[in-house]
Amino acid sequence: MSLTRQEVEKIAHLARLRITEQEMPVYVHSLSAIVEFVDQLAKADVAGVAPMAHPLAGQTQRLRADEVTETDRHEKYQANAPAVQAGLYLVPRVIE
Amino acid sequence: MLHNRSIGELAESLARKEISSVELTRHFLARIEAMNPTLNALITVTAPQALAEAAAADRRRAAGEHGPLLGIPLIHKDIFCTDGVRTSCGSRMLDSFVAPYDATVVERLKAAGAVTLGKANMDEFAMGSSNETSYYGPVRNPWDPARVPGGSSGGSAASVAARLAPFATGTDTGGSIRQPAALTGITGIKPTYGRVSRYGMIAFASSLDQAGVFARSAADAAFALQAMSGFDPRDSTSVDAPVPDYAGTLDAPLAGLRIGLLKEFFEGLEPRNAALIEAAIGVLRGLGAVTREVSLPSLPLSVPTYYVVAPAECSSNLSRFDGVRYGHRCENPKDLADLYQRSRGEGFGAEVKRRIMTGTYVLSAGYFDAYYLKAQKVRQLITDDFRRAFAEVDLLVSPTTPTPAFGIGAKVDDPVTMYLNDIYTIGANLAGLPALSAPCGFVDGLPMGVQLIGPHFAEARLLNAAHQYQRATDWHRRAAPGYA
Repeated sequence: MSLTRQEVEKIAHLARLRITEQEMPVYVHSLSAIVEFVDQLAKADVAGVAPMAHPLAGQTQRLRADEVTETDRHEKYQANAPAVQAGLYLVPRVIE
Repeated sequence: MLHNRSIGELAESLARKEISSVELTRHFLARIEAMNPTLNALITVTAPQALAEAAAADRRRAAGEHGPLLGIPLIHKDIFCTDGVRTSCGSRMLDSFVAPYDATVVERLKAAGAVTLGKANMDEFAMGSSNETSYYGPVRNPWDPARVPGGSSGGSAASVAARLAPFATGTDTGGSIRQPAALTGITGIKPTYGRVSRYGMIAFASSLDQAGVFARSAADAAFALQAMSGFDPRDSTSVDAPVPDYAGTLDAPLAGLRIGLLKEFFEGLEPRNAALIEAAIGVLRGLGAVTREVSLPSLPLSVPTYYVVAPAECSSNLSRFDGVRYGHRCENPKDLADLYQRSRGEGFGAEVKRRIMTGTYVLSAGYFDAYYLKAQKVRQLITDDFRRAFAEVDLLVSPTTPTPAFGIGAKVDDPVTMYLNDIYTIGANLAGLPALSAPCGFVDGLPMGVQLIGPHFAEARLLNAAHQYQRATDWHRRAAPGYA
């Protein structure tokens, strides 16, 4: 199945990705090729098959006790932030 | 020369005080300095830290400590967080990211006394089969600098093939250890899903990602995997099961080992590739293995299944990159939406954006059932095929790749053709199985690999079979011209 430019614009919006004018035709083309390729799954007979939940049969995600295990290391973590003030992450004004 | 010695030989020389870890580390750092400008295999070289770690390893040894990796240099794929060292994941998004902690794999190898020389180049966020999607440029294959080393762990593979380190870490989501190992003529193992902790390993597709190792031989890989494996409470997918002694079972005889030949993977195989795999199977038979053909009828759907599941998980995992807490941020965002869209649009490269969009599409309303849910059902069929096969055989054998290393630039414009590089490797990821690639000969002067796939937690059996194969052959001893 081919994707239209409008569909790719919608996907880019959902994914919060700015795609430039020059890039757009390339993505319309390559995403269409990928969707056509994965469309061969349609022919698989999966009647009565449950979707796989874990690569190891019977394995489930462990839960841990709800206890504090991490110490406050915000200074080290925020050293990687693009903009920080007084221990807070700075973003553009959200509420006018 | 030091760089051609096995980890076992180096450990013996260190134990006998014939060399020090500092001398060994200087030797490999000098090779990196001389050869990395051509290969582009490392993004970051941590020479001062490496020499300090080597000196510490020498002190530990002087204090009476022993261990096969104590003082042995390695290179980490730049997907593993390294405390205080830039961890880029091959992306502009993380170009200035300095990890605030060590990944468990890094921590365990440090505890074993291994010395980190630097961080290996890789496809951006491990998405690629050629190492051409890296923000830091392509890695060159030591066997031919005009060709790719494979990917996504291309820098790790090229480093070990060029003898820039005795071993290197990698990750494998769809073949990213086995495919580059094959294309550079070395040994690579992807363990069972859950065998090695992924804490501090930057996520791509969480139901498939697994850490592993590159070395020149199965015996060397056994030492490294031993140190990396085992339960970690910080990774919720880590399996709490004992780790066997991998080195201890390398010499077990293969008499009676039941090997299945994957029918679907031998159909349409290029004749020269087929001849190499047949020869490898012949060697295993000569060692006492018995072979039979095995059919996995759903296996041909591996690649389309993977290219629904992996992008879906990637679109979710990479939503954390928002330009706020860490990573690339655009200039002068006009509002929060602009901040997200431009930071992500600028920070991610073309292939990563393509996969995020593929994943967003297959998870979106109206398409979820037809793509994502369908793919997870087909994935169950593939996994059931493997389970049935392993009721009859101990190992499966196949080629690792359809072709030897291809030219840089040859496939970048055609994603689907690029994705088909992983046609033989993806099945093991979908089913969470351990798999290994070992060198098995040459096509057009370029190395090729044979793949061994085992049932869950059969790493020891894979390493044993590969080690016995390598005792009977010398493909793994061949070095690329100029790198011996």
